[in-house]
Amino acid sequence: MMKELAKSIREYKKASIATPILVSFEVVLECIIPFVIALLVNEVKSGGDMRMLLRYGAILIVMAVLSLLFGALAGSTCATASCGLARNLRKDMFYAIQDYSFENIDKFLTSSLVTRMTTDVTNVQFAYMMLIRTAIRSPLMLVFAFVMAVVMGGRMAWIFLFVVPVLAIGLGLVIYKTMPLFRKVFKKYDNLNASIQENIKAMRVVKSFVREDYEQKKFNTAAEDVCADFTKAERILALNNPLMQFCVYAVMVFVLSFGSYTIISSRGLDLDVGQFSALLTYSFMMLSSLMMLSMVFVMITMAVESGKRIVEVLSEKSTLTNPANPVYEVADGSIVFDHVNFKYSPTAERMALSNIDLTIRSGETIGIIGGTGSSKSSLIQLISRLYDVTEGSVKVGGLDVRQYDLETLRNQVAVVLQKNILFSGTIKENLRWGNPDATDEEMAAACQMACADEFISGFPDGYDTYIEQGGANVSGGQKQRLCIARALLQKPKILILDDSTSAVDTKTDAKIRKAMRTYIPETTKIIIAQRTASVQDADRIIVMDGGTINAVGTHAQLMANNEIYREIYTSQNKAGDQDED
Amino acid sequence: MKTKQAKKGTVRRVLTTMLGFYPVMMPLTIACIVISAVVSSIPSIFMQNVIAVMEENWRDGNWSAVSGRILRLVAILAVFYILSLIAGLAFNQLMAIITQGTLKKLRERMFGDMQRLPIKYFDTNNHGDIMSRYTNDIDTLRQMISQSFPQLLISTITVLTVFCIMIYYSVWLTLVVLAGVIAMLAVTKKVGGGSARFFFRQQKALGRVEGFVEEIMNGQKVVKVFCHEEASKADFDKLNDILFEESRRANRYANILGPILNNIGNILYVLVALTGGLLLLTEAPNLSLSGMALSISIAVPFLNMTKQFVGNINQVSNQVNSVVMGLAGANRIFELMDEQPEQDNGYVTLVNAREENGVITECPERTGMWAWRHPHQVDKTVTYTKLAGDVRLFDVDFEYEPDKPVLRDISLYAKPGQKVAFVGATGAGKTTITNLLNRFYDIADGKIRYDGININKIKKDDLRHSLGIVLQDTNLFTGTVMENIRYGKLDATDEECIAAAKLAGADDFITRLPEGYQTMLSGNGANLSQGQRQLLSIARAAVADPPVMILDEATSSIDTRTEAIVQRGMDALMTGRTVFVIAHRLSTVKNSNVIIVLDHGRIIERGSHEELLAQKGQYYQLYTGAFELE
Repeated sequence: MMKELAKSIREYKKASIATPILVSFEVVLECIIPFVIALLVNEVKSGGDMRMLLRYGAILIVMAVLSLLFGALAGSTCATASCGLARNLRKDMFYAIQDYSFENIDKFLTSSLVTRMTTDVTNVQFAYMMLIRTAIRSPLMLVFAFVMAVVMGGRMAWIFLFVVPVLAIGLGLVIYKTMPLFRKVFKKYDNLNASIQENIKAMRVVKSFVREDYEQKKFNTAAEDVCADFTKAERILALNNPLMQFCVYAVMVFVLSFGSYTIISSRGLDLDVGQFSALLTYSFMMLSSLMMLSMVFVMITMAVESGKRIVEVLSEKSTLTNPANPVYEVADGSIVFDHVNFKYSPTAERMALSNIDLTIRSGETIGIIGGTGSSKSSLIQLISRLYDVTEGSVKVGGLDVRQYDLETLRNQVAVVLQKNILFSGTIKENLRWGNPDATDEEMAAACQMACADEFISGFPDGYDTYIEQGGANVSGGQKQRLCIARALLQKPKILILDDSTSAVDTKTDAKIRKAMRTYIPETTKIIIAQRTASVQDADRIIVMDGGTINAVGTHAQLMANNEIYREIYTSQNKAGDQDED
Repeated sequence: MKTKQAKKGTVRRVLTTMLGFYPVMMPLTIACIVISAVVSSIPSIFMQNVIAVMEENWRDGNWSAVSGRILRLVAILAVFYILSLIAGLAFNQLMAIITQGTLKKLRERMFGDMQRLPIKYFDTNNHGDIMSRYTNDIDTLRQMISQSFPQLLISTITVLTVFCIMIYYSVWLTLVVLAGVIAMLAVTKKVGGGSARFFFRQQKALGRVEGFVEEIMNGQKVVKVFCHEEASKADFDKLNDILFEESRRANRYANILGPILNNIGNILYVLVALTGGLLLLTEAPNLSLSGMALSISIAVPFLNMTKQFVGNINQVSNQVNSVVMGLAGANRIFELMDEQPEQDNGYVTLVNAREENGVITECPERTGMWAWRHPHQVDKTVTYTKLAGDVRLFDVDFEYEPDKPVLRDISLYAKPGQKVAFVGATGAGKTTITNLLNRFYDIADGKIRYDGININKIKKDDLRHSLGIVLQDTNLFTGTVMENIRYGKLDATDEECIAAAKLAGADDFITRLPEGYQTMLSGNGANLSQGQRQLLSIARAAVADPPVMILDEATSSIDTRTEAIVQRGMDALMTGRTVFVIAHRLSTVKNSNVIIVLDHGRIIERGSHEELLAQKGQYYQLYTGAFELE
């Protein structure tokens, strides 16, 4: 995982390496300062002269200033390195996702991708900052302070060999005990928050069934549970501070009693007052750096989960790639399905499509009808190679779709998806998705064909009307017509409408179909619909059932011979809400 | 100035809230913290004493002569230490309990208060924003309560104690330390302020990236279909680079603050040592509370105290950010808790009743018959009206926002068992009418009567019990299928739930689920199809068995076969009840007793299907497909 994440450091390698080096300088200086001060103290004690004193002072201040400089520089390079890593991680993830195939996209929830690109990256950024700064600083500090303590305090320094392991083991135990607890409780905490979200979304239901008290009781039970687990974990974690205090105190008592003994009994030869004071400083440095280290460890462990989730996105390889020598020209709009079998994932048990054999001539209008789960959408998604067939082949313009350059193919095969989306931006900006160079006239023409022109001109800002995210400020029918216009601007050889007029009224629906027949006769048109009215004037209608082609024929033929088609037709027309035209 | 006062108020409110939750534990904890902090500052005094003894005697090299004095001093020190340890252990444990307990109680209270807010609050506030009070804000509050509060208290007390000890020994050296501290505070203010400003900008940049990513990921398949990948990469890069710049600046400021303060501390340390040395060498007169002359035995512990002083100031500056964030979080939490809850002045209640010889009497047990209990204030009598489901609107006006009327002059009636359908374009006011019936919103003018009683007089809970609703967006809860159906009537038996499912036509698919009625649903029934979710919500309404139903048809397209099943379920639910249907497709409305066509908040046509068709008005146009409904 580390390796995978480290790939994103790239141009920030310099800053990443500079940080620990600068930090090392800072630590060394910081550790030497008490040593020099000890010399200074002894100088004063032995009645040294003024010049000596000032010289020590100057050296010390220079050292402190240098240490400040190194520390500040390290802080700055560290910010560059960690924010840079975060930037590259976000970029790499976004790029990776853009190259995903439909199959890859299906694997991840949108919300989970967003969390990975925000919260998880922030966690890793923070951990990285810790790693190149604090995680270097603390052990270094520990070692240097110990070395200095030995140099200064001689035998006395060996107390640290006893105290440091005690603290290390203590802190280690605390981490060992709390980590699994925290992992468990964070999961519960997530669930609790999920249930709050559920409650907020369902507030109308809660209120209309008068279930406020019931919800409160349910919530309290869950909150109680989370609180109990959290308290348990936090209480163990709260042992850290007293443990640290205990070690500091132990050192103090030892140094005071044993130190004064050494000083007095050796007449200040083995240890003097200045060294004595420095020893206390070093003990504090060592123990607090250990404390920091344990915190860093906890932080990094928590970031590991985030790191894993990021790598999951980065290492997901697109299941669709361009061929080695792609073809950049689509001859015509003919489509051939040759013994096609298809399932969504290699592990799926059931085929979504089986045994599809179908030939569609260029310029033909094809209707597809069938119940939910009859794999209508699956069928058409193979044409623009949104998914690859499992067995058999799909040919467009006489060539297997896998031989084309993907962009060429998708530019020639326009699909208006069932779950279609407009993006925040003006109507023009949205339409240009179909053709970035489209002129105003072309856009107006496409919108006229899709019967969108009338309502667009009704807006005060016309084609410059701003569409809110998800097209929240236009109605369902208007949205669908804009999506069709957007696809028409692509000037494709094949146009596929996947249930794209369900919210459009029947009259307009018919008008759009008529316009397409008149203005783009050479384009192959495939229309998936729930209403038989939308397909009955097609050249041929395909009836899908359970992943197979049940029948192909004209409206009249199917009415005469096909059970399913007839049933759908009568159910819709008996209900009386479908008007034939 | 005003914001500062508000912040002060927030601090007090957080503290009093905690004190309210833990009236004994809180003072106990504070006492422990004070003890721990004071005791931890005392060693300097002992150190001074021990060093003074050493100073006097180290030339003699006679340990046994002074061992008694030194060991006694160390022993007393050890006792202080043990005291400090106990206090430290106690406050750390208590703090863990208090923190989590406070958060839990705050969460519960916030959730409870939220349940009592009017629907308007949820309609006008972003759900993500409400949600973040439970997540982000509670988390920052946790940081503040568990870390910042104790740390600030400890640091303040330590600084004060150390300060006292310092001037006790030497005023001159103390002045040097104070000068350093002022420098540190100035740096904190400057650098810390810069950091806060850029962190704020970083959050904004992050929000923009998040918004962009969310929108693109939502439409990822559309991006693919239009080969728009490269364009969206370019757009993303722009936003991502801005975020990088802002966050680099913010973190740079935050990162350099530590080393700067640390090393100002070091310089201070040096300055104290130098000043001390100078004073000692020149034998300048000392100024101190103790009247002691300056000596090595004072200078050495003074150096340690300088470290302690600086360390604590450093700690305080570390906490500034989290306190500011914690207070902002607390403010938002209190804001939610302070929202005006839904008002209810209703006094007419729904009671179990029995009818004998045409007289309705109240009874405690369930009879299957319900009556409105209507106490009259004037003559102190109580009348009972049988719950029948007769709903009438008289000249109702309504507006969500002042001067933007949504409904005007709406008058209509539905006798028990009748079916009223509302038809009209989006924004015509169909859904609004149902919002008024169960008093999610209150009407501006006019009157609504339920069984002849003004609904403003009916207790809201009872009014809502008497109305069933199937909303167009189905909301299911995490739990089993059975639990979800039982939501309509909490004391319903399994048999009643199954019967309701059968009535709704949901039994068929439920029994085919892997665990049947015990199948777990999560994520709003993500493992069910749209139609199946609708069937469950119909079953849920059926088990409640109210005399009046409001059905808001789903707009999303489901296939014809499932639609037919859902339709049958709806029809079964409607029989024998007063029903209001909000129609998004016209197939459901044909057999209504009356169809009401709404346009811009006014009733423009009303009548039966046949009558309206004969009128050849708006309804005719809709019906023949000349207009879109949505």
